[in-house]
Amino acid sequence: MAPLGYYPGCSDHGSGCELGMSVHALANLAGVELREVEDWNCCGASAAHNLSHDLAVALPYRVLALAEAQGLTEILTPCAACFSRLKGTVVRLARSAELVDKMKEITGLEYRGPLKILNVVEFLNRLLAGGLKDKLTQPLAGLKVAPYYGCLLSRGSEGVIEGDDAENPASMTAAIKAAGGEAVAWNFATECCGGGFSMSFTDAVVDLSEQILADARASGADIIVTGCPMCHSNLDMRQLTINARGRGPYDVPVLYLSELVGLAAGLDPKVLGLDRHFIDAMRIVARREAKADAPAHA
Amino acid sequence: MARWMDVVPSQIMRLVQIGDGEAAERLLTSGALWVCAGCLTCTQRCPKKLDPAAVIDALKEMSYAQGKVSAGQRKVLAFHKAFLKVVENAGRMSEIPLTALYKMTSGDFFSDVTMAPKMLARRKLPLVPKIVRNRKQVKRIFAACRKGAH
Repeated sequence: MAPLGYYPGCSDHGSGCELGMSVHALANLAGVELREVEDWNCCGASAAHNLSHDLAVALPYRVLALAEAQGLTEILTPCAACFSRLKGTVVRLARSAELVDKMKEITGLEYRGPLKILNVVEFLNRLLAGGLKDKLTQPLAGLKVAPYYGCLLSRGSEGVIEGDDAENPASMTAAIKAAGGEAVAWNFATECCGGGFSMSFTDAVVDLSEQILADARASGADIIVTGCPMCHSNLDMRQLTINARGRGPYDVPVLYLSELVGLAAGLDPKVLGLDRHFIDAMRIVARREAKADAPAHA
Repeated sequence: MARWMDVVPSQIMRLVQIGDGEAAERLLTSGALWVCAGCLTCTQRCPKKLDPAAVIDALKEMSYAQGKVSAGQRKVLAFHKAFLKVVENAGRMSEIPLTALYKMTSGDFFSDVTMAPKMLARRKLPLVPKIVRNRKQVKRIFAACRKGAH
């Protein structure tokens, strides 16, 4: 199998490390080689587009040009924010030869395109369909899961999100089911958590994230799953802030979707990063059951 | 985020249509621009299929270039600027340089001081930032974008 390009994004090294850890563990299990884009730079994330449209395109453009020069045709971008910036740039460049010329001039790099950019949900669905499903031998039977898409796995400029309904997305359902869980119906699956405002507008993040946590709890969810390091940080780490401000208290584990699938595959929770969360997620491990011992369901 | 906006996205689009000096001033000095998190809800649900999120980005760029950023939103601007300064220097974002620079430039010294040890304990605060090898190329991109803006 040809190697799949891989763009870790900056949070992979720090605050969002569990996402990359679990993605690597699953790729390894499925026999997919991930080849990192060499000398990749930050995509500009939630900052560049506020101050410079050119910069918000030029930063992802450099990543795309480097990947192409490396012979990669498809890039897995597990972080939802990086995915949105990279894929948005691919879509814009494909529409405008003028923009490609401008970016060539700004960066001094060639890009022909279009490259294919995969988000973590698409990647997991592909692995599951390609045989990973049969390796999920330790399902988390009956675990109630609130699938949280947030903004950047449900909405984008035209062409960024393919094959899902922006108002009622369902792309995470297959992975949740394959892991033995049940996707609960709830109201906040696509509501914003405040994104990149964790430090600069904490009050908003606290209010918005609390609403999401409250609705997940009201829906009977045991855990929330996400595919975005910013959402994860706001819902997991900021749960401490929310509780410290006398709200709640909340105690809802927040996992990356890839961690949930990795658990069901019987992978070591520490290899998946499960012990690094602020709200204890290790308690979920005990919910695993070996398929052979599980009672047959009608 | 609309609940924190002094001018909501539908009103922003109407003011852009009006487009006179008074409307421009109201838009470029509004706090709403900087409260926009880029959640894209307005673009997704616009009944006229417009792209208010992209319009707001363009207004932010104009507001910043003309020195009209709402005084009430200095912290948000300081964060965006700190983020981009770190990326300009290192090619990548890392939590420690970003937080340090943000705190120095925003005056927001004391929030979250208890968070750093908790992040360290979870090995989520890398002490040695990862940097891009070809930083010259990254700096060239920043310089070219700055030049293009004038």
